[in-house]
Amino acid sequence: MQASDSKEVSREIVVPGDLLDSSGKRAGPGTYIEGRNIFAALLGIKTVRQDTVGVVPLSGQYMPERGDMVVGKIEDVSASNWLVDINAPYPAPLHVNEVPWRVEFGETSKFMVPGDVVLLKVVGIDETRRIQVSMKEHGLRKLTGGMILDISPSKVPRVIGKNGSMIQMLKNATGCRIYVGQNGRIWIDGELDDIIKAVKAVKLIEEEAHNMGLTEKIKRLLEEGSRKGE
Amino acid sequence: MGGMTTDIKLIDENGRRVDGRTPEEMRPLKIEAGVLKRADGSAYVEWGLNKVLAAVYGPRECHPRHMQNPTRALVQCKYNMAAFSVDDRKRPGPDRRSQEISKITSEALSHVVFTEYFPRASIDVYVEVLQANAGTRCAGLTAASVALADAGVPMRDLVASCAAGKAAGVVMVDLGKEEDNFGEADIPVGYVPRTKEIVLLQMDGDLTHDEYTKGLDMAIKGCEKVYDIQRDALRRRYEARSLDSEIGAPEGVQKEVA
Repeated sequence: MQASDSKEVSREIVVPGDLLDSSGKRAGPGTYIEGRNIFAALLGIKTVRQDTVGVVPLSGQYMPERGDMVVGKIEDVSASNWLVDINAPYPAPLHVNEVPWRVEFGETSKFMVPGDVVLLKVVGIDETRRIQVSMKEHGLRKLTGGMILDISPSKVPRVIGKNGSMIQMLKNATGCRIYVGQNGRIWIDGELDDIIKAVKAVKLIEEEAHNMGLTEKIKRLLEEGSRKGE
Repeated sequence: MGGMTTDIKLIDENGRRVDGRTPEEMRPLKIEAGVLKRADGSAYVEWGLNKVLAAVYGPRECHPRHMQNPTRALVQCKYNMAAFSVDDRKRPGPDRRSQEISKITSEALSHVVFTEYFPRASIDVYVEVLQANAGTRCAGLTAASVALADAGVPMRDLVASCAAGKAAGVVMVDLGKEEDNFGEADIPVGYVPRTKEIVLLQMDGDLTHDEYTKGLDMAIKGCEKVYDIQRDALRRRYEARSLDSEIGAPEGVQKEVA
């Protein structure tokens, strides 16, 4: 998903129903097969890598996948669960066994209440799309302070960049602490001026995600900001 | 249909229609994708004097819960005509006609959406008719399918829609208001161009078998033209979209209440 900068020669935009291949390639994500033909199922950019054709979506809802790190908002509290909104079409219950604290039955609201923001990991999603999330792994926690920025989930790979290069550049230039959830929610904390700079940069990435020379543009924006600040 | 009489000449000596078109000619069609910021996907269609806006939300949790289908997503369309969309004020709110159009649009779209990818969810489509001049169900379906693709909903193909009919004894495509009101028949068609499937077919009025076959052929040809314009609209959305990006920069930024 992230390696879309260099390898792509063609940046052909495809529409649902477009024929992508009939030479026996393998069908990648965002496609469907009928007979020997592969068709696009999504509005996106056609990508060919080795023997696989796929479509990188330009829009769309977040669909959770096992291992995704997401930023969630607590929606509701019950005796042994928190209901978390992770920006997916389905609710994500967070069980008391999946949090790093020992929570007595019925005492859930002493730990987290609706409105709290948490960093979670999707530990499972089955074919009936029931989601399991956990907060037990290292680094997962309740997030306090900072701000939340919502972007289109299809742009998340561009915000992170190749091997995290883009997000690293953002962190270095602004000095902010940033978590990018796979669900398109970004948590940013730092000095107010730095947050504003980071938000601006993320917005620009979202707008220009499918254009060439994105890294250069962001670099310029960040340098411009720091010069003014001195 | 056919019951009303008029002194309007629906076809003149030269075989031209009231608005100067030939029987095979469609009204000008313009489509724009991604016109609404708040919706997940949207489209605006101007088809002759018709102006239709479509917005898509989802896939999202289905409410009310009892409507959920454990194996697939629901495509729920709501078609609505604005009070100011017609000459006499249209009484606002759902009526028999708009319920029917909502239902047939939902059913036509369900055939192309991969609903099995989103069990228990609902994909909500809202079609708002801002100005009506015959053929709004076709315009609505055309807009809705572009909006769905814009929302990133996985689909087998787009649905294109166009009508044909008969007025003053002549079979013609894409009836205008006078032809619809005073003509003999109207056949709206929803068509999946890739597989050549028909996902919407209605008929209002009477036609002989030959007239019907000819009309259906014309409507399908119309659908194919619509399809090209739909695809073009979707491609344009991402080829040049720097214009609308300036509006409202820090939206979506919320201060966290810790």
